[in-house]
Amino acid sequence: MIGIVDYGVGNLFSLKSSFYAIGQTALVSDDPAVLGACDRLILPGVGAFGDASEKLRASGLDRLVCRQAEQGVPLLGICLGMQMLFEESLEHGRYKGLGLLKGQVCPIVPKDPAVHKIPHIGWNGLHVTQPSLLFAEVREGDEVYFVHSYSARDCADSVIATVEYGEELTAAVAQGNVYGTQFHPEKSGPVGLSILKAFCQF
Amino acid sequence: MITKRIIPCLDVKDGRVVKGVNFLGLADVSDPVKLADYYSRSGADELVFYDITASAENRRLFTDILCRVASTIFIPLTVGGGINGVEDFDRVLKCGADKVSVNTGAIRDPDLIRRAAIRYGSQCVVLSADIKRVDGQFRVFGRGGRDDTGIEAISWLRRGVENGAGEIVVNSIDTDGVKKGFDLELLAAVCDAVNVPVIASGGAGSKEDFIKLFQTLPGVDAGLAASVFHFGQIAIPDLKQTLWEHNINVRRTGVTV
Repeated sequence: MIGIVDYGVGNLFSLKSSFYAIGQTALVSDDPAVLGACDRLILPGVGAFGDASEKLRASGLDRLVCRQAEQGVPLLGICLGMQMLFEESLEHGRYKGLGLLKGQVCPIVPKDPAVHKIPHIGWNGLHVTQPSLLFAEVREGDEVYFVHSYSARDCADSVIATVEYGEELTAAVAQGNVYGTQFHPEKSGPVGLSILKAFCQF
Repeated sequence: MITKRIIPCLDVKDGRVVKGVNFLGLADVSDPVKLADYYSRSGADELVFYDITASAENRRLFTDILCRVASTIFIPLTVGGGINGVEDFDRVLKCGADKVSVNTGAIRDPDLIRRAAIRYGSQCVVLSADIKRVDGQFRVFGRGGRDDTGIEAISWLRRGVENGAGEIVVNSIDTDGVKKGFDLELLAAVCDAVNVPVIASGGAGSKEDFIKLFQTLPGVDAGLAASVFHFGQIAIPDLKQTLWEHNINVRRTGVTV
């Protein structure tokens, strides 16, 4: 069973539906006992880092996520959920992340903001930098859907794909059983669904 | 490199797509779920659902449909129509919308953009404006293009972005329905004024109109159209192939029709 961690941020309807579409069952829960029994976890997230990490902490689910990840349960962070895997974020201040991956989340600062607008919204091609099981069915340059204004940096240890947006931004990360995508696989058509499918097969 | 987006827009009234469409091999041409699926498999980069329902009862019907669409297709969904308060954002986001487009609601209550952006993030708030030339000035029109608000359009959009709108839809009333191309003059003025993604709407009649749009104005991020897609005058896979051949970067994966 796939557990989608519900800590009160954003709508999880599409995410849950996308697993159904690939023949998997996912549950959405805020109950540590229920999520603790899942064999895979998804950490979603939209909105601001500070607000989201505070809610995750207040719900006590931060401890559950870290404990399960340390015990080897495959974990996939999506968008802000990926950013929260890192040590800290500089979005509107300085906030601590889960610290499962080494690195920092920083604002995207384009050289020419008229060319590379913020937020980075739309379909952009993946540049795969490390082979990963997550990309079993992904070809170099396949487009996926991004919506973000901040990006993970200093995370060379875990980067498996980048995306060109004036500079190479972190698009996906993996280290052991901990995975993350800056893009939304549940909104990235067949390519995105193939990534979720791959995650379910670990 | 980021791709230019092609976005079909569907007007939904009383649970059906208005005017229907005219596709070969598609039996029920006004079922929003079937149409959404068709467009998704055609390689549409995003869908816009516009609720033109008046009654509260049919508004519930619209949100039911939205839930069904969101569980069928896995590309971004934007919803507009009848968005007058933060509670309307909540209603459609819970059904699986990714972005919410405000138009007349923002004219009535300009602070709505700011409140929604704080609550859901700028990436979620799309400011859509119906714009027409009046006395040599670009003017914002309300209520589906019926009322001249007297508001100058470029400064209105700039203020909207300052208040937190993360994307702009520019619908030119002057070119809408004419099918002789997008309003390049208006779009150029908007691109100069704001640094968030700009979606062009109104006037698409042929593939050449899209080529001209993206070649003339690199600042435009997406082209939105309704009838030329619905009535099969432009097929999205063919449009994308043509754009690609004209060195305009588009997503070509995801086509299964």
